[in-house]
Amino acid sequence: MSVLVFLETDKGIIKKTSQEAIAYGAAVASATGGTVTALALGEGDASELAKAGRFGAAKVLHAADPRLNQENSLAYASALVQAVGATGSTVVILAKSGIGDAVAARAAARLKAAIVSGATELPDTAGGFSVKRSIYTGKAFATVEMKAPVKIIAIRKNAVDVQAEEGSAAVEVFNPVFGDNDFKATVTGSEKAGTQLSLTDADIIVSGGRGMKGPENWQPLIDLAQALGAATGCSKPVSDLDWRPHHEHIGQTGIKVAPNLYIACGISGAIQHLAGVNGSKCIVVINKDPEAPFFKAADYGIVGDVFDVLPRLTKAIKEG
Amino acid sequence: MKILVCITNVPDTTARISFTDGDTKLNKAGVQYIIGPYDDYALARGVELKEQSGGMLTVLNVGPADSEPQIRKALAIGADDAIRVDAEPVDSFFVAEQIAHVARQNGYDLILMGRESIDFNSGIVHGLVGELLGIPSFSPVMKLDIEGGKARFAREIDGGKEYLEADLPLILGCQEPIAEWKIPNMRGIMTARTKPLQVVEPVPTEELTVLQKYELPPAKGACRMIPAEEAETLIRLLKTEAKVL
Repeated sequence: MSVLVFLETDKGIIKKTSQEAIAYGAAVASATGGTVTALALGEGDASELAKAGRFGAAKVLHAADPRLNQENSLAYASALVQAVGATGSTVVILAKSGIGDAVAARAAARLKAAIVSGATELPDTAGGFSVKRSIYTGKAFATVEMKAPVKIIAIRKNAVDVQAEEGSAAVEVFNPVFGDNDFKATVTGSEKAGTQLSLTDADIIVSGGRGMKGPENWQPLIDLAQALGAATGCSKPVSDLDWRPHHEHIGQTGIKVAPNLYIACGISGAIQHLAGVNGSKCIVVINKDPEAPFFKAADYGIVGDVFDVLPRLTKAIKEG
Repeated sequence: MKILVCITNVPDTTARISFTDGDTKLNKAGVQYIIGPYDDYALARGVELKEQSGGMLTVLNVGPADSEPQIRKALAIGADDAIRVDAEPVDSFFVAEQIAHVARQNGYDLILMGRESIDFNSGIVHGLVGELLGIPSFSPVMKLDIEGGKARFAREIDGGKEYLEADLPLILGCQEPIAEWKIPNMRGIMTARTKPLQVVEPVPTEELTVLQKYELPPAKGACRMIPAEEAETLIRLLKTEAKVL
């Protein structure tokens, strides 16, 4: 099966979640006999996009129309549908995200495709095409058979192991045709938190709860995150109290994350918070209450004062 | 202005999930159902916008009769009438086709729903419906105002937010803090009993995906406790044992 991978880029560089999408696409293509083409939209440097080859893409179609520099699910879906046609792809892979889901949905409706969002494993292609996905916010899984000729899969982080190898993809100019309908909204402004590492892209997350006792006490947590090259997150009460910005809120009604390492500091572990982190490979809980329910979901636990433990962990890391 | 708010009927966020019938059905025994939390935000903002503009708000659910307590709650919160498409939702595409069918018949200026349901978490129904109706869709929307046929709204993007303007009709997937959840008052509960709730048959759709089975995640091993006075040991274990550093 020929596979098309939708790339998300940040300042022209392929996001980590999209590197995984390429690796996932490459695994599907190699199991079913086919090649992988990646689709990059908006600004992008050819030498950066060629790096898609390291994860298994043979070719990158690059549509550099400046109107595509703004995230726009309508135009992106139009471009994706045209790229599916141009490459004869029958499988489309995207990283699960706000824009990934929106593009997947609109393209699926146009292509009458079978769509699964939240895949956690590679598909089973022996005799059919079925894929396992996360449901009930990570509390369970469902295996779904995808019956339509075109299949669109939005994958969760860690759905596949990524091994970068030597390789370079051929970057080709792609000129999709857009209609007026594709540019219906005007962006009037945006706010972005500077150079901060994005939670969905981060391999390590250090997260704080009410046990941090106030926004002025966040420095030890930030220090540990910096020493680890980690992103910072928080629990719902912390974001509700405005101690930390809303985009840091991890949980059932916030961002769902699946890092390799999640360090929870002063978070008791309400079921709604656990729902947002249960895709993590390794969970560390630091809490002064030995009865905190989070310990039951953790791999490593320290019962202690976060303001004592955090600086010691930071020091231990810096000393290597 | 005519507003449609789509709600899901889903297990409470604290529900313990288990399955029956050879892992093909959710075990509903002892499970409390609620309006999807994100849908509840959409409903709350929809009611506010309706009150400002003096329009009509219809609430729509695709689901069996079990959903009716949640539909009545939405009526009590402020929806004027309700439509229930009498069918067990099969997949996102099925639900989207039902919503699009109702929308084509009635013509709404604004369609709101949660950014995702909390049972399947796909977050794709608004996009599917938008494409089926040929109108723009945006998600997750965290602020929304309507003025003179134009929507001004904020959408969460990776690490921040983006402000947009677009003409109606629109379809939006909503999340906090678009509005505060509303709790029905006694007068709302009384009037909800007599508000119209129309039950309609589903339109047939193509079967694009088929559920094979459900499963629960493997049980988590015991948590390894490290004494606080040896906190530094944790870093070594994360490197050598867990291999995540």
